[in-house]
Amino acid sequence: MLVQYKTIKPEEVSAWKMVLNETDFPENGGLCVSVDGLQIAIFKFSRRDEWYATQNLCPHKKQMILSRGLIGAHGEEPKVACPFHKKTFSLKTGKNLNGDECEIATYPVKIKDGKVYVGYA
Amino acid sequence: MKKVLVIGNGMVSYKFCEKLRSRADGNQFEVKVFGEETIPAYDRVHLSEYFSDQSDEKLLMAPRAWYEDNDIELVTGKLVTQIDRENKMIKTHTGEKESYDYLILATGSRAMVPPIEGVNKKGVFVYRTIEDLTQIIDFSRKVKRGAVLGGGLLGLEAAKALMDLKLETQVVEFAPRLMPRQLDEQGSAMLKSKIEALGIEILLNKNTKEIIGNGKLNGLEFTDGTRLDTDMLVISCGIVSRDELAGKAGLETGPRGGFKVNEHMQTNDPDIYAIGEAASFNGMVYGLVAPGYDMAEVVVKRLTGDKEHLFKGADMSTKLKLIGVDVGSFGDALGETPGCVPISFEDKNAGIYKRVNISADRKKLLGGILIGDADDYGMLLQFTKNGMALPPNPEDLILGKRGSAVAGGGMDDLPDSTQICSCEDVSKGEIIQAIKEQEKPDLQQVRKCTGAGTGCGACSPMVGDIYAATLQSMGKVVRKTLCAHFDYTRQELYSLIKVKNVRTFDDLLDEYGTGDGCETCKPAVASLLASIWNDKILKQDTIQDTNDRFLANIQKGGSYSVVPRVPGGEITPDKLIAIGAVAKRYGLYTKITGGQRIDLFGARLNDLPRIWRELIDAGFESGHAYGKALRTVKSCVGSTWCRFGLHDSVSFAIEIENRYKGLRSPHKLKGAVSGCRRECAEAQSKDFGLIATEIGYNLYVCGNGGTNPQHAKLLAGDIDEKTAIKYLDRFLMFYIRTAEPLNRTSVWLNKLEGGIEYLKDVVVNDCLGIGEELEKDMQALIAAYHCEWKEAINDEKMMSRFRHFANVDDYDPTQQFVPMREMKKPADWE
Repeated sequence: MLVQYKTIKPEEVSAWKMVLNETDFPENGGLCVSVDGLQIAIFKFSRRDEWYATQNLCPHKKQMILSRGLIGAHGEEPKVACPFHKKTFSLKTGKNLNGDECEIATYPVKIKDGKVYVGYA
Repeated sequence: MKKVLVIGNGMVSYKFCEKLRSRADGNQFEVKVFGEETIPAYDRVHLSEYFSDQSDEKLLMAPRAWYEDNDIELVTGKLVTQIDRENKMIKTHTGEKESYDYLILATGSRAMVPPIEGVNKKGVFVYRTIEDLTQIIDFSRKVKRGAVLGGGLLGLEAAKALMDLKLETQVVEFAPRLMPRQLDEQGSAMLKSKIEALGIEILLNKNTKEIIGNGKLNGLEFTDGTRLDTDMLVISCGIVSRDELAGKAGLETGPRGGFKVNEHMQTNDPDIYAIGEAASFNGMVYGLVAPGYDMAEVVVKRLTGDKEHLFKGADMSTKLKLIGVDVGSFGDALGETPGCVPISFEDKNAGIYKRVNISADRKKLLGGILIGDADDYGMLLQFTKNGMALPPNPEDLILGKRGSAVAGGGMDDLPDSTQICSCEDVSKGEIIQAIKEQEKPDLQQVRKCTGAGTGCGACSPMVGDIYAATLQSMGKVVRKTLCAHFDYTRQELYSLIKVKNVRTFDDLLDEYGTGDGCETCKPAVASLLASIWNDKILKQDTIQDTNDRFLANIQKGGSYSVVPRVPGGEITPDKLIAIGAVAKRYGLYTKITGGQRIDLFGARLNDLPRIWRELIDAGFESGHAYGKALRTVKSCVGSTWCRFGLHDSVSFAIEIENRYKGLRSPHKLKGAVSGCRRECAEAQSKDFGLIATEIGYNLYVCGNGGTNPQHAKLLAGDIDEKTAIKYLDRFLMFYIRTAEPLNRTSVWLNKLEGGIEYLKDVVVNDCLGIGEELEKDMQALIAAYHCEWKEAINDEKMMSRFRHFANVDDYDPTQQFVPMREMKKPADWE
């Protein structure tokens, strides 16, 4: 299940997929979308006026859950906490901030005309 | 470039590779590893966990990809059969040859099988590899009884495994006690009684004469003439080093087997090293993993140029959880040092045995044993290892609460060189340095950058103590503020929110905090806002923990459980039928809870609104099982039916539960009402409990079950119902105002200066003059009560959030359930 999720860097994007309206999102929270069989968690970080996307799968116990996690910041680093065991991951780099080894894939997001897009490689 | 060949791929072999690669890359050393088993190195120490989930992946030290990523060639399923020292080559069982510059023998050990007649019979196994386990599991399906030969560490692990396989389990030990090398008679007896209480039978003093049976075993015959009938036998009598390669290659072996090594871990051929259980150092084979890791370190350092680092033998101290029982044994555990003085403490009721051995001059701790409570293990081991001066009354070391003074003093007395974390080899000095180097010290950061406490976690409390002590020594006040985003305690925030009329998290953060919040402060503030204003939780759904955000309890696999309120545990047949119908329609697993209600598990997120619509139509309300809130008020049946009952406990419990339902608090709240002193509702184990007396009720508070059970304490005796409610209002509000986040009432009371007497003064005597105010606050909360689910399902926008995917209507396809008895359960964690 884990291998399918690979970070896509902004410069690697070859196509954008429209997934939702900006207004579908709660403030400072996430939603899960299905994109070509993958589960992607998209977060609207209203306080910082930023958007992030990561895999929805928490690599710790392999649960499809991260979109339901609380977001926040560790210093300046934006992060999401898995609801199950509070493992926290950087929304920017996908790195596990608890010092464990597992990390998550991140994806580019863009907003255009009120629509939310996820980047493809 | 030099070529390093490693023979064997077990835990020590893996550790060697890891350590070598952290100091030298592929340009310095080519590394190739041969493993006899078909899978890469796995964690043998936790082998018994394989029984519960049968996943070897979880046990792997590292996946195959790790070896590739680190430029290490790993060959599994190949046995190395020959070493040609002259040409510096090895040969495998299939004839391949491979040259080396350095050869590392990490061949480990095999299970020792004593020469008893009948060991080859079907149904006899050893306990060593995953393959052994698979065979044991397969065989166990056909049988009912299983015995373990050997009552040492591994034997008891194996017994736990058999018990987990649902076999009637016996342990047979030759010696007159369990773990004879680590425990004395009393300690062993305590361990025995604790293990027997779990249903494992233990036979001591049994010398097995023969394994009997025709082809397949059906029992053991002992030299004392008795016999034991059993269907399978697991032999766990110790280990023997795998040193078969020694003979032909002309490598020397130790008196009890194992490649003989010097303090550089070199065999008699200076380019051939042996490490782990394959090595014999000073005639000793170390059957623990920590010394093996030390040996690996010695070789790695030597190969990379540090020839001063020597192996000097190892400490056999050990602490572990054996079948759920804490066991610690350290230093001279059995008191064999001449003149040593043992001090012991035994509490048969609690199942605790502690022993320390003091030197003849009463100045040093030599070693000891801990059964049932091994919390002081780390501290005692440091006293032993560092030869630290004992407190004036050495019995303080093992006697109860006075320990905190010893622990604090002990921590300060430890030299900086003391090893605190043995998994990652971190010293006290390194931890202190890490704290001092940080601009804004943060305990998590300290753990992360030193690695301390990230392995087995046993040293975590000590790391915390060092952290607090170091900060204090730097003149910093350790204040229990919420987190990095709020420099206020929970109680201070409570006042701020109330006085300044703050209604949202963002407002509070803007006004009194910094940054963007986190998973600690968001739910804590959400709880405060709910405790003060009792607004709709879902108005600010993204600051709630998952359970509160979806008004249900998240379970394994991401499904939720649903608990409708059943006040006092009283329920009509029609309501029972309604719950049954809903559970049936949505395929839910149903279980009666400890709080006298019914939990419906396995609800998919998308189904929650429909499930609740039906429950609400049947007259149910939210049970707040998902919140830090009032859960239940349990009751016995009381005077209406019971011939002993003094008052109608059910009616009073219903009244109280309905009064406080929806009340949000720093942690969950549970109550109970018992109709007489027989106490069938277990009121004295609750946050608040009432027990009927001839003339009224006794009110108990601050009890709980859970991790550290605590009896509730009497707040007021023989009071009438109206007074009981008044005191409860005051007590609950006072707790909500002043407790730290996630502190149950019991923990809160333990920290409250003046304890229960002070609490009585506040609640009963109103010494602070806030009694009326507390009652008024409670009245406001009660008036603001609403069933969260009733409001939620009528809010369409809110309900649109109850979907797994926001862009399609599907359920989560990865969510799997498997049948269990006549219902279902989620598939296990991977």
